[in-house]
Amino acid sequence: MTAAISVSGLVKTFGPTRALDGLDLTVQEGEVHGFLGPNGSGKSTTIRVLLGLLRADSGAASLLGGDPWRDTAELHRRLAYVPGDVSLWPNLTGGEVIDLLGRLRGGLNEKRRAELLERFELDPRKKGRTYSKGNRQKVALVAALASDVELLILDEPTSGLDPLMEAVFQECVNELRGERTVLLSSHILAEVEALCDRVSIIRNGRTVETGTLADLRHLTRTSVSAELVGAPDGLAGLPGVHDLAVDGTRVRFEVDTDHLDTALRALVGSGVRALTSQPPTLEELFLRHYEDELPSGGTVEGVMSS
Amino acid sequence: MTGLGSLVRLALRRDRLLLAVWVIGLVGITLATASTVGELYGSPESRQQLGGTAGSNPAFLAMLGPLYDASTTGGVLAWRWGVFGALLVGLMAMFLVTRHTRAEEESGRLELIGSAVVARHAPLAAAVVVALAASTVIGLLVALGLTGLGESASGSFALGLAFASVGWVFTGVGAVSAQLSESARTANSIAGAVLGVAYLLRAVGDAAGDEGPTWLTWLSPLGWLEQTRAFAGDRFWVLLLPLALSAVLVVAASVLVTERDLGGGLVPTRLGPARAPRSLGSAFGLAWRLQRGMLIGWTLSLFVLGAVYGSVARGVEQMLEANPALQKIIAQMGGAGAIVDVYLASILGIIALFSAIYVVQSTLRLRTEETEFRAEPVLATPVSRFAWVGSHVLFATVGTAVVLAAAGLGAGLVHGVRVGDVGGQVARLVGAAVTHVPAVWVVAGLALALFALVPKLASAGWAVIVVFLVLGQLGPLLQLDQWAMDLSPFTHIPKVPGADVSATPLVWLTLVAAALMALGFAAFRRRDVG
Repeated sequence: MTAAISVSGLVKTFGPTRALDGLDLTVQEGEVHGFLGPNGSGKSTTIRVLLGLLRADSGAASLLGGDPWRDTAELHRRLAYVPGDVSLWPNLTGGEVIDLLGRLRGGLNEKRRAELLERFELDPRKKGRTYSKGNRQKVALVAALASDVELLILDEPTSGLDPLMEAVFQECVNELRGERTVLLSSHILAEVEALCDRVSIIRNGRTVETGTLADLRHLTRTSVSAELVGAPDGLAGLPGVHDLAVDGTRVRFEVDTDHLDTALRALVGSGVRALTSQPPTLEELFLRHYEDELPSGGTVEGVMSS
Repeated sequence: MTGLGSLVRLALRRDRLLLAVWVIGLVGITLATASTVGELYGSPESRQQLGGTAGSNPAFLAMLGPLYDASTTGGVLAWRWGVFGALLVGLMAMFLVTRHTRAEEESGRLELIGSAVVARHAPLAAAVVVALAASTVIGLLVALGLTGLGESASGSFALGLAFASVGWVFTGVGAVSAQLSESARTANSIAGAVLGVAYLLRAVGDAAGDEGPTWLTWLSPLGWLEQTRAFAGDRFWVLLLPLALSAVLVVAASVLVTERDLGGGLVPTRLGPARAPRSLGSAFGLAWRLQRGMLIGWTLSLFVLGAVYGSVARGVEQMLEANPALQKIIAQMGGAGAIVDVYLASILGIIALFSAIYVVQSTLRLRTEETEFRAEPVLATPVSRFAWVGSHVLFATVGTAVVLAAAGLGAGLVHGVRVGDVGGQVARLVGAAVTHVPAVWVVAGLALALFALVPKLASAGWAVIVVFLVLGQLGPLLQLDQWAMDLSPFTHIPKVPGADVSATPLVWLTLVAAALMALGFAAFRRRDVG
């Protein structure tokens, strides 16, 4: 497989702000790639560099085999983009904008256009200024998804969509899997978990983790709680076991996924009556990478519910 | 009213620079004009002479209004600067109101404020308070300044308050127009059209002559300013008219606020087409769609303005026919025909400045598209930056020729009918109007270069017009040095019709404009978008 997007050591500063600080990103052809990071971490800046709207200060970026700054117009023939905050012309209707963007890209698939309008329940006759945020997002999504292009660059495409429409969006992306390359920036982890083949996590303009979801799960902990026959024995000394809480014969702990096997063996040694284990979610993965940004003493649960 | 105080403070904080520029600029120009009028027409004889000629000339009547009393500097100032100064105060007031009401609403920021603890009418009231206060401060500073320059206190206050009164009326006009439309741009256009009509009504009324419809002047807030007769009777009671109208308009606006939803207009938005027309499929098609309303509006407005000014030209000739003595003097200076041409050339000069407003509006559309994040999705398609900028610049440049030709056509048709030579006058005046195109292109080039090089300061394109207005129109009055007046491209345009046309300045201006635009295109190719 060849890389549709390959970025290395990308740096972009805005005055004193270092928006991108040596970012790396590789998206293989045909994959749905999740681009995860909190607000202000540099996701949109990276995308703007890839679209040739911003010029990087240093680092290399290649898009569909071309230079995003130099070969802008040719590359744009082969991609469609959905901005995170879609702004429409106030006096153009949604249908007009879809047609306009499609024609600028060199044509729309008429059948898909009609089908997508129906699936997203979008009225194309309304004027831009009368659409809600979610509906503006749908206009840009329909225009992008109905284009016959190789690469879709979607910057937080579901912000403002209701859960039903989010499901429609996920269906649409799943249908395109394998045919198109998709770069999906998001901070909605469930969406990334449901859609993405591979994920890059960025923070402060730098890539901190990249790989398949399975790869990344190895870096996380599984939480285990068990009711044992006897008192637990030797758990505390095992490598990779954290936050062990023993209450008589009940134990709760978290274990690095790499050490799950040893930990379970230790449990079995004491006899197991009941066992629940929770696989790591992307949520935890995500939060672990931002742990040092959490208030000291804060736990994952505490943050999630606050 | 809950929240009024904090909203007023917010507006003052946001606009502290803008307000300072308006207030200091308007007061400064007024006082500077007063002192130069004092120097130019220092002796009673020179003022008397002015009163005898300029004060009764229909061309000057249409442009500036009547000169009621030339015996004092203040009286000459009120004539020379009264209507134009008041026009600017009116513009300021209406821009301020729209900026803090409809523009805020359109951007969604008012929703944020509306959800806080503020009364429903508070945002409108805050905008009205700020605009009324700014107008009044200008009026009072003008009054105090003129008194300080030694003019009669009564006349100074009559003129100052008359300035303020036009601001009050257009605060009301802005407040109402902001309720009518969903877009700030349309709201400003409606209020601007009212201002234009107010100017034209008094122009026709003032130049109508004794048997004509002089009452038209009384229908215009700018006419009320004239009728206040500052330094010539000081009829303060006339100011009750703008006061009453302003109050009625503000009350009407506050009723309209309760009649509509936040973000909505009174005119409901209809559904539009589900498919784009064939024409909307390229950068040029999009620019046409975005620019056509403005271009058509300007073409019609300048056609009407040309026609109104053209209708007065015949009066200039008639006045000369009725006055053999004056005729003789002017005949010695180059003939009656030449005097009409001097008039026509000067009104075309003013119209060229109006078309500069069009060209800046049209060019800065690029900046609006960029800041509203509508450039980004277009530039993420195969449309090149060159094509995107070019599509809008095409409208700015070709549009300039269109709106100027329309003004020449309007003037030529009406003046032609009145002198019985439609074909000849149309050709002459369209040609004369279009001669100004290269100067306006320089303004477009400056605006484009600003947009490309220092996008955050792109709106300084507006300041360029004001600078050229001061240099060109007020330069001789303010006794500026020739080199300073030469900075304005409009100074280099031959005074057509009448003067000999030399191609040299026109070619140079076109080259300067082309160089500025090339700079703009090149710089935009290199800079970050967004």
